[in-house]
Amino acid sequence: MTTLSLDTTRDGELLRLATAGSVDDGKSTLVGRLLYDSKSVLADQLEAVESASRARGYGQADLALLTDGLRAEREQGITIDVAYRYFATGNRRFILADTPGHVQYTRNMVTGASTAHLAVILVDARHGVVTQTRRHTAVAALLRTPHVVLAVNKMDLVGFAEDRFAEIDDEFRRLAGSLGVPDVRSIPLSALRGDNVVDPSTEMPWYTGPTFLQHLERVDLDEDLTALPARLPVQYVLPDGSLAGQLVAGQLRLGQQVLVTPAGRPAVVTAIGRLGTPIENARAGMSISVKLDGAGEVGRGDMIVAADRIPTTSRQVTATLCHVAERRLGEGTRVLVQHQTRVVEATVASIVDRLDLATLEHTPNSDPLVVNDIATVVLDLDEPIAADPYRLIRGTGSLLLIDPADGATLSAGLVGPAFR
Amino acid sequence: MAFTSTASETSSDLRMSYLDVLEAEAVHIIREVAGTLERPVLLFSGGKDSAVMLHLARKAFLPGQLPFPVLHVDTGHNFPEVIEYRDKVVAEHQLTLRVAHVQDYIDDGRLTERPDGSRNPLQTVPLLDAITQHRFDAVFGGGRRDEEKARAKERVFSLRDEFGQWDPRQQRPELWNLYNGRHDPGGHVRVFPLSNWTELDVWHYIAREEIPLPAIYFSHQRQVFLRNGMWLAPGEWGGPRRDEQVQERTVRYRTVGDMSCTGALESGAATIDEVIAEISLSRITERGSSRADDRMSDTAMEDRKREGYF
Repeated sequence: MTTLSLDTTRDGELLRLATAGSVDDGKSTLVGRLLYDSKSVLADQLEAVESASRARGYGQADLALLTDGLRAEREQGITIDVAYRYFATGNRRFILADTPGHVQYTRNMVTGASTAHLAVILVDARHGVVTQTRRHTAVAALLRTPHVVLAVNKMDLVGFAEDRFAEIDDEFRRLAGSLGVPDVRSIPLSALRGDNVVDPSTEMPWYTGPTFLQHLERVDLDEDLTALPARLPVQYVLPDGSLAGQLVAGQLRLGQQVLVTPAGRPAVVTAIGRLGTPIENARAGMSISVKLDGAGEVGRGDMIVAADRIPTTSRQVTATLCHVAERRLGEGTRVLVQHQTRVVEATVASIVDRLDLATLEHTPNSDPLVVNDIATVVLDLDEPIAADPYRLIRGTGSLLLIDPADGATLSAGLVGPAFR
Repeated sequence: MAFTSTASETSSDLRMSYLDVLEAEAVHIIREVAGTLERPVLLFSGGKDSAVMLHLARKAFLPGQLPFPVLHVDTGHNFPEVIEYRDKVVAEHQLTLRVAHVQDYIDDGRLTERPDGSRNPLQTVPLLDAITQHRFDAVFGGGRRDEEKARAKERVFSLRDEFGQWDPRQQRPELWNLYNGRHDPGGHVRVFPLSNWTELDVWHYIAREEIPLPAIYFSHQRQVFLRNGMWLAPGEWGGPRRDEQVQERTVRYRTVGDMSCTGALESGAATIDEVIAEISLSRITERGSSRADDRMSDTAMEDRKREGYF
């Protein structure tokens, strides 16, 4: 039995997860069940769900109503956009990005999963791994989400059969393995009944692994961003000349030799401040400010990097784009490229191919991108950026394409080829 | 190019707790606004969420001063303790305070007092006018996604059109930590650095950072009367009615809003730790327990947000 408590301490860890599933896989029910069984649903919220369920003539409280927030969703019975949920157990806090599984799946899942440590992909035990599952798994692999969980839901509808679960688990592992997902785990459950969500199921004694919540509590959070080379994009110059930013990778220490990109000027770290307090060492994730000796003028859009392991400074970038806008993006289009704090003008020089997320095939195709397309493109930049391959450093390997006319976000870009 | 692991021995000493992570994220967001937008402003009501926001914003620019003003939308139905607190904080940190008065709008007829006396929904127009008048292009709010269902779907950088309206179906995708605050001419962006915080996170952070708060957050004796299951304080705004009896109770406030619709709860919690213990055990949400206006309908907050509310 999992120990649950809302009275968390101040030093627990934070896990960000994202969920994805096809329509009717029971994702909202799973999330509702997780919140309900982990005692994160309070009395007045439950009362509201019960009265809404009664109004619709349901026999019992529909836990999916806990997460379907907006009026249009309630009217249409679907989940429109990414919704965030918060819950906690004794030693961890969780931020859950609940992403819809129907139309616009790629855009929403990319949004929800871009910050996640763990992706939850739902399947209906009756249907197993379907096309949509392949797409969701491919998105998680593309974004290099460190952990992927396959929630095999509705086990009650296949008689809690072990061989059915084993069959799905096997197919999923082969899929995830071929995509290079580092850590996968399948869990048989029934969100509607609560089996293996928080408490172990009595119907599936053959399953000896963790329940869904137990897995969330135990999964290794150490992505080891600190082992990566230091990358500090400069956000803002403070009045005393300190350079403020959030360290996206690695560590910085007093006296360290660094380089300021894209100019490539060498410098030494002479002071580090952590929100007003002087410190000697900073690690990835911290918002800090630093003083440098020898770098000359440094401002927003520059990046401070470890001198011995530097990013590639270039005016041309090959990237995998997830196109998130309704408007098309064709070759020759002028765009803004936002790379951490640096924004440069650029041209979409060529569209190389399209990736079919279901078959994982790259097909040569230079047609304009439409929403939810995933494509390899070459960008010609008016000014250089210093980027890392996304597979090595997510923070400095990601970028946005923006329409210079109205500022709309067009595409999410991952520096380098997909999956490689 | 491959990076081999060379984690230094100091990395384990530098582990970040969830509060460290939330703080670093909020500061990153605040600095992004300061680095990319022209005229930011921070909404400051004197409530606990805005106190935390201000604390984070000040820390983000240390040793410098806060590089933007704060804005209070004053309903005129204030708890005196909160106004006193606001003025003290403004003086202590040498902040630039702007105030938009709902009372001015009622006095000259641009807004009409509601039958229920609540001025919470009346704040939208003075807020939007202040944004236009001062040409603010980024407005920091203390909104948290755990507060309410409509907020749970809002971006950290949330666009508003020239009428201040929010369109939940046309939200810009928000990827990684790359925020895009570009907006239409005349429009602005609402920014919520506390998006990922819960009520308990806010209190734990207040405790850790020793952030001062208005006294009404802690247990005290107060003359109150019961309306719709909530303890309300008497005031010129229309309470108590003839059938409502005023009595002295030991109470505290869980949120600070318009005095006419912010309910007190009976509580003996006199310190931050006692408040945290009380909230941990509470089975009712913050808004459900203390905001009459959110009880009105299932989509009350969504409707107000679309119109340009906080």
